[in-house]
This record gives sequence, structure tokens and C-alpha cells, in this order.
Amino acid sequence: MSDPSGAQARNPLYRAGFAVTERRDLWWMEPLLTVLGLGVGFGYLTWAAFLGNPEHGHYGPYLSPVYSPPVYEWFPSIMTYLPAFVSPALLILWAPGGFRATCYYYRKAYYRSFFLNPASCAVGKPWEKYCGETEFPLVVQNIHRYFMYLAVVILAFLWYDALKAFTRDGPKDYVAGAGSVVLLLNAVFLSLYTLGCHSLRHLIGGYLDCFSTCPTSKLRHTAWGGVTCLNERHMLWAWVSLGWVGFTDLYIRLVSSGRLADPVLF
Amino acid sequence: MPEQRSFRVFRGDAGGGQMKEYTVETGPGMVVLDAVHQIQATQAPDLAVRWNCKAAKCGSCSAEVNGKPKLMCKTRLDDLPADRPVEVRPMRTFPLIKDLVTDVSWNYEVNKKIPPFTPKPNGEWRWMQEDVDRVQEFRKCIECFLCQNVCHVLREHQKQPEFFGPRFFVRLAALEMHPMDAADRLDLTHRQSGVGYCNITKCCTEVCPEDIHITDNAIIPLKERVVDRFYDPVRRLLRKLFRR
Repeated sequence: MSDPSGAQARNPLYRAGFAVTERRDLWWMEPLLTVLGLGVGFGYLTWAAFLGNPEHGHYGPYLSPVYSPPVYEWFPSIMTYLPAFVSPALLILWAPGGFRATCYYYRKAYYRSFFLNPASCAVGKPWEKYCGETEFPLVVQNIHRYFMYLAVVILAFLWYDALKAFTRDGPKDYVAGAGSVVLLLNAVFLSLYTLGCHSLRHLIGGYLDCFSTCPTSKLRHTAWGGVTCLNERHMLWAWVSLGWVGFTDLYIRLVSSGRLADPVLF
Repeated sequence: MPEQRSFRVFRGDAGGGQMKEYTVETGPGMVVLDAVHQIQATQAPDLAVRWNCKAAKCGSCSAEVNGKPKLMCKTRLDDLPADRPVEVRPMRTFPLIKDLVTDVSWNYEVNKKIPPFTPKPNGEWRWMQEDVDRVQEFRKCIECFLCQNVCHVLREHQKQPEFFGPRFFVRLAALEMHPMDAADRLDLTHRQSGVGYCNITKCCTEVCPEDIHITDNAIIPLKERVVDRFYDPVRRLLRKLFRR
């Protein structure tokens, strides 16, 4: 029988070591694709953020999500106090970057693919020591909800940018270019990702034990149901929104540099 | 059409063992447990295997088929590649008794550490469907302990003394979210259950034969409740102000 202290006698089948497994399927494929996907997505956005010239992210009413909200325009003097390597985009991207870095889905993705902790289920790990998210620095992941609050605020600005992208010479002059649709889809995808957040799901109603006790708790149950619906596809929206943010920035860069024409749709 | 298929089954005990080859005549719709029974009936009467219902409801026949934690009664042979022998091993996380049987009694010791359902005093015993739905999912657990077996915190790091494991996070979540329960288990969840060790890599969810969304619906909500109580200064302040 088991030792009551909880210490287990090692099963004689136990073999330790990185990638030790009896699995025969392509278990390494998912972490490999994740490394490639996150490498390309975050690699591009980091490159875009460090380029440092906001003019490349502007074209007419279009504003790249990398530069939105334009904090550097509201407080131009702030840039003079910062080191030269800090681009205007970095004033903004730390917030959505922190939101994604502490997101429960991305945690799964990078713990598996970058930290091999573990690379896949029932596959050996290269690490012997393990403290999970109980100690610094990973205990800081608990800050996720604060990044979520910031991400929701930034999302409001991205919706403003998306709607503004349908205007030209004023709020009543509606023109839809391909870029307007790109920016609109960017706001939609980011909303589907942000509003499916696990922390939001908890704060909006998940913390309640009883949904039927008062009228507001019923309202919260409806909201919780909506967030749950999005949360079930959180991984999908995490990838789609990440890819689309990069595509949106690239599109506006190409249009503003004259390498791509922005067709007027209607 | 009957078809001959090769199986490699672990034979041995805590002292050691080896994989032994058997050939079994298989038919349509057969599952791994059927083949193991046929080996037991015709070739190895001393082969030890734990099973009960053969309907994925008792959670007894947990094993590792081709290296993946699975219920043998729910793993169809036609879902496994036919060009190589089917390998059947016991769960690796628990002490081995014999052949495919492991000692899972540690789990029952963990269960005793969780305060049971404690009804609210003078509570009205009426609850609405929306309150039932969330905790009902957790009632599907058949205690097969595949989630415990695959969890790397237990499997690789042997944190049994300080980590309850996914099965018991499901139980904690079921009790914590229960609308009729009055006990507070958040301190236990934070300080004793080791929920912080979980790095949400979702292997428990992947292997659950009852499709319980262990990570999304039990562990992450528990982590969020722990954040509410122990890490979020604003929620703390709000709780003090509104005495919630």
C-alpha cells in the first residue's frame, strides 16, 4: 500500500530524461508548430515595435494597432525622458504583451513548447527541479487580471480606430478601403480573444457560487455564459488575433510606404 | 473478418518486469480490454488486470496504451495502428502491484484531507438549473485517475506529499462552487493542495475519458479564487469595504 506520507515507491517502469516516452505518435509536432507560430507572431511584432517610426504605422485614417492608442502624441515630451531604444510602440505594447504573456492559454503554449515543462503529455522532461507557479518569478502570473483590465481599455481605442478607418475628410464622409475592413476585423478578433479571458470569466460571474439568488446575479450568469462561450475557443482566438494584429500592422506599413495600393471597396 | 494482432503487455511487479508478446484473434468493435481478457483466458491466466464495468463508467481499467494514458475499455483496436504491436503498460505514476494493476490508494488518502460537503444552516433546499449546471460537470468524474497519472507534477516530480492533483482540484471546485455548501476550502486550496504547482498544460483535460474540462472549469477557476483571496489587493479592499 502507499506510504501514508504520500511518498510513492517508484514504479519499476520509471525512466527519467528529456523526451523519454512510450508514445509513438508525433507528440513533438504541436510544440514545434507552437514555437514556429509564436516565434513568427511575436518576432514580427517585436521587430515592428523596435522600428520606432510611428509614421510607418499611419496612413490617412488608418492607425496600426502597434501604435494605438497614440500615447506619444498625447504626451510628446514623454519620449524625451526615455532612452533612445524605447520606441513609441513600446509605450503601448507592454500592456497587451503582458496580457498575452500571462494569459492561461499562452502559458500552456510556452510552458510546453519553449520550457518543455512538459513538451507533451506523458513525455519526459529535461528538468528535475520544479516549483510551478508557487515561487518568483512565475507567481507573478497571478497579475493576469490587471493586464486584462488594461487590454479592455486598449480594445476600446482599437474599436475607435476601426470605426475611424471608415471615414476620410470627416465623420460624415464614409469610405471603406480594404484597410478599413482589416482594422475592423482586427478589433473583432481582439474582442473575441480578450472577452473570452479566463480572468474576465471569473470576475464577471465565475466567483459566485449561486447564480439565482438576486436579479444582478442572473444578469451575471448571462454575462458569464457569454464569456464562457468565447472562452471555449480561447486558443483559436488567441492565434487568430495575434496573426491579424501582425497582418494589420504589415498592411498599413506597406500602404504607407507606397508598396501596396489600398483599394476602395465602397 | 477476424484478424491476428500482436500485443505487448507488461508482466511483472514492483521488483521488475518485462514486456511480453501475445497474438490475439481480433474482431470488429473490439477494445483493448477485450484483447487483454482474451490473453487472460487463453494464454496467461495469471495476468493481473483490474476491471469492472467495461462501459467506461467504473474507472478501473486505466492503463497506458501505446504510451498514452487511456481506459482500456474505451480504446478501440481499430483506432490503433495495425502495423505495430499494441503496447499495454500499467499507469506509471502509481506503485505497481502486478502486471497492469497499480496501487491507487494514495488518492483516497488525499480525498480524506478535503472537508466534505457542509450544508448551509437553515438553507432552503431549492436551487435553480443554472446553479446546478456548473457543478454537475464535475459529477461525471469516474475516478479513473488517468489525470493524476498523466500530471507531470506527480508523474515526473513525485510531489505527492504537497500536491493533490487534478482529480482533487475537480472535487475542490465542485464543493467550492456548490451553491448549498458553507465550508471554506480556499485556504486549503492555496496552502495545502498545491494548486500553484499546476502550470495548466492541460494534460489532465486531454486524457479525461469523461471529457471534463478539468483545467478550464475546475483548476483555473480555483486559481482565480485563490488570486481573489491572496494576491489581488483591490479585491481584498472591496471585500473589506463591502464585507463580502
